[in-house]
Amino acid sequence: MSQLTEIRWHARAGQGAVTAAKLVADTALMLGAYIQAMPEYGPERTGAPLKAYTRLCGEPIEVHNTITNPGIVVVLDETLLPLVDVTEGMLEDGVVILNTEMTAAEARQALNVPDSVKVAVVDATGIALQTIKRNIPNTPIVGALAKVTGVVPVEKVKERLVEAFGKKFAQEMIDANLKSVDRAYEEVTVA
Amino acid sequence: MSNNKAFSATGNQMVAEAIRQCDPDVMAAYPITPQTTIVENYAKFVAAGRVHTEFVTVESEHSALSACVGASSAGARVATATASQGLAYMWEVLPIAAGMRLPIVMANANRTLASPINIGCDHSDIMGVRDSGWIILFAETAQEAYDNTIVSFKVAEDRRVLLPVLTTLDGFITSHAMERCEMNDDQQVKDFVGDYEPLYPLLDTNNPVGHGMYANAPEFAKSRVNERAAMDRSLSVLEEHGKAWSKVTGRPFELVDTWGTEDADYVMVILGSAAGNFRHVARQLREEGVKVGIVRPRVYRPFPAEQIAQACKGAKAVAVMDRSDSMGAACGPLGADVLSAFYTHGLTVPAKNYVYGLGGCDVSNEMVRRVVADLEKVAEGSADRSLTYLDA
Amino acid sequence: MKLNLRDYAELEDWKPEDLPVGNVTAAGASQQYITGGWRTMRPVWDQDACKNCMLCWIVCPDISILVKNQEMVGIDYDHCKGCGICVHECKFGALEMVTEDQAKGE
Repeated sequence: MSQLTEIRWHARAGQGAVTAAKLVADTALMLGAYIQAMPEYGPERTGAPLKAYTRLCGEPIEVHNTITNPGIVVVLDETLLPLVDVTEGMLEDGVVILNTEMTAAEARQALNVPDSVKVAVVDATGIALQTIKRNIPNTPIVGALAKVTGVVPVEKVKERLVEAFGKKFAQEMIDANLKSVDRAYEEVTVA
Repeated sequence: MSNNKAFSATGNQMVAEAIRQCDPDVMAAYPITPQTTIVENYAKFVAAGRVHTEFVTVESEHSALSACVGASSAGARVATATASQGLAYMWEVLPIAAGMRLPIVMANANRTLASPINIGCDHSDIMGVRDSGWIILFAETAQEAYDNTIVSFKVAEDRRVLLPVLTTLDGFITSHAMERCEMNDDQQVKDFVGDYEPLYPLLDTNNPVGHGMYANAPEFAKSRVNERAAMDRSLSVLEEHGKAWSKVTGRPFELVDTWGTEDADYVMVILGSAAGNFRHVARQLREEGVKVGIVRPRVYRPFPAEQIAQACKGAKAVAVMDRSDSMGAACGPLGADVLSAFYTHGLTVPAKNYVYGLGGCDVSNEMVRRVVADLEKVAEGSADRSLTYLDA
Repeated sequence: MKLNLRDYAELEDWKPEDLPVGNVTAAGASQQYITGGWRTMRPVWDQDACKNCMLCWIVCPDISILVKNQEMVGIDYDHCKGCGICVHECKFGALEMVTEDQAKGE
């Protein structure tokens, strides 16, 4: 991880994109990386499209700006696709991870990205509803991110989740979250 | 040396932790974006009994700083925090705190001033108070916001200084972004900052005194002479305490952080969080054979004129990057300060002043490259050297 | 730290560093400032008519009604500015405004 990795998260305010951005950063930090995680700066309006950002690097990160050329794009809500150009500026060999019931092939078509871009899909909402019993796709989608990009190992993500949730939540809730990560890790498909 | 474990935190969290470790007697503050989480975090420390601070909830920033002035006169260690319109609303009380020589420490999450209304970062708020007699520090990172805040108490309360300090971090960019940070033990901070012993506390009833007195013309001017002398002295005091804290932490503390200036042809002078972006591009440009240097003052008042002039003396051209404007002036505020530093120290290097990053505008790599491309022409004498806005 | 009161106007060649930090003064500076000279008229007290109701003491803006053991003992002419509020409020005719010339002629 000596190279800079830049992740851009697309979601609606309230879907937990910032929490996910921080979860990935904190997991990388456990492994000794330098990190940044930040929301798109502006007024908070639940439901409005927003971006969040994660930077990971083996060396200190000097830049302090938004990410315009991400290697990884994560979309937590497919209804954003007609509204937001989620792949804007992304690297040619980048990865898009989309929370959707679509197949990877369908998603590739919907995103209209060049062949060099990897497209991954996972039904993070469905997994969240079945495991956590709430529509918060942010935790499971980090499991999918771990599988597809390898920027953080899934075991470390789970370790970090236990550390972060341990003080605040009952064991059932922690287990449900861990399960959602595992399921997304298993169920994510790539085209 | 520090062997503290790295963890993630926002700049505002780090400032709140630093204030907690310095454990002021009184904190009077009013919330405003993007400073709010400093106050929120601090209120939690108070509620949890982790500090002995009396937290005064007030109805406005004017009242917040007024309460701070009262508490500080009484002999308390005092802290507050604000931003933007809040700092503007405090304006009337700012020179009072400085003239009364009260060592209040105030964090400011730099944000622009309306209108149009906007919550993004720039330095309009802080530049508006640059002449109020407060020492002003700029942090580049969340880590520096922490270190600066701790050093602020030490400098403010130093008997050679006794002036209020504004410890600033860029709104959202530093205040809200989570970064890798480290924190020193509470005891280390306590040992470094020490106990505050006020000079003439109002609550010392055995030695009754009056604070905030009226002063007629000659006495008033002489009082200002003293204030100016204390502000001038504070530069070396800041360096002394900054170095001492750096010894504890192992983290650098320079009045003026320089990168590549020893042999740079083109130097850019910049405050706050964007310095990292400029350094990042400067590294790239060095690989491309363009010798670029970055000068980042960590302290803005007192202005480290000599250090900046020294760092720029070998350059063929200098760019001064202002994150606010001084409407109608020939330069932005930093531009005016840097150019006057050049003049006083006999530098005739051609310079150009830019305004960038207004109201939260992002700093791109292209922006930095454009400035360096300009500087090549400035050095040749073929460029327009008037103030240039980069965002629009 | 102990501070002594000083009248800087009386010092001939004084330096900024003679001022205490922050222009703090020893308490009681206003007592040294003789504001009685601003007066063109003064209240005169008739002790025989006075009932010690303390109304004048309450309303005096310059703390110039002198009281000892809950009884009025006189007027502090060093600080009385001659506003006349005490005379206006007195219900017993125990205070009267006279010009400074009249007062000095007596």
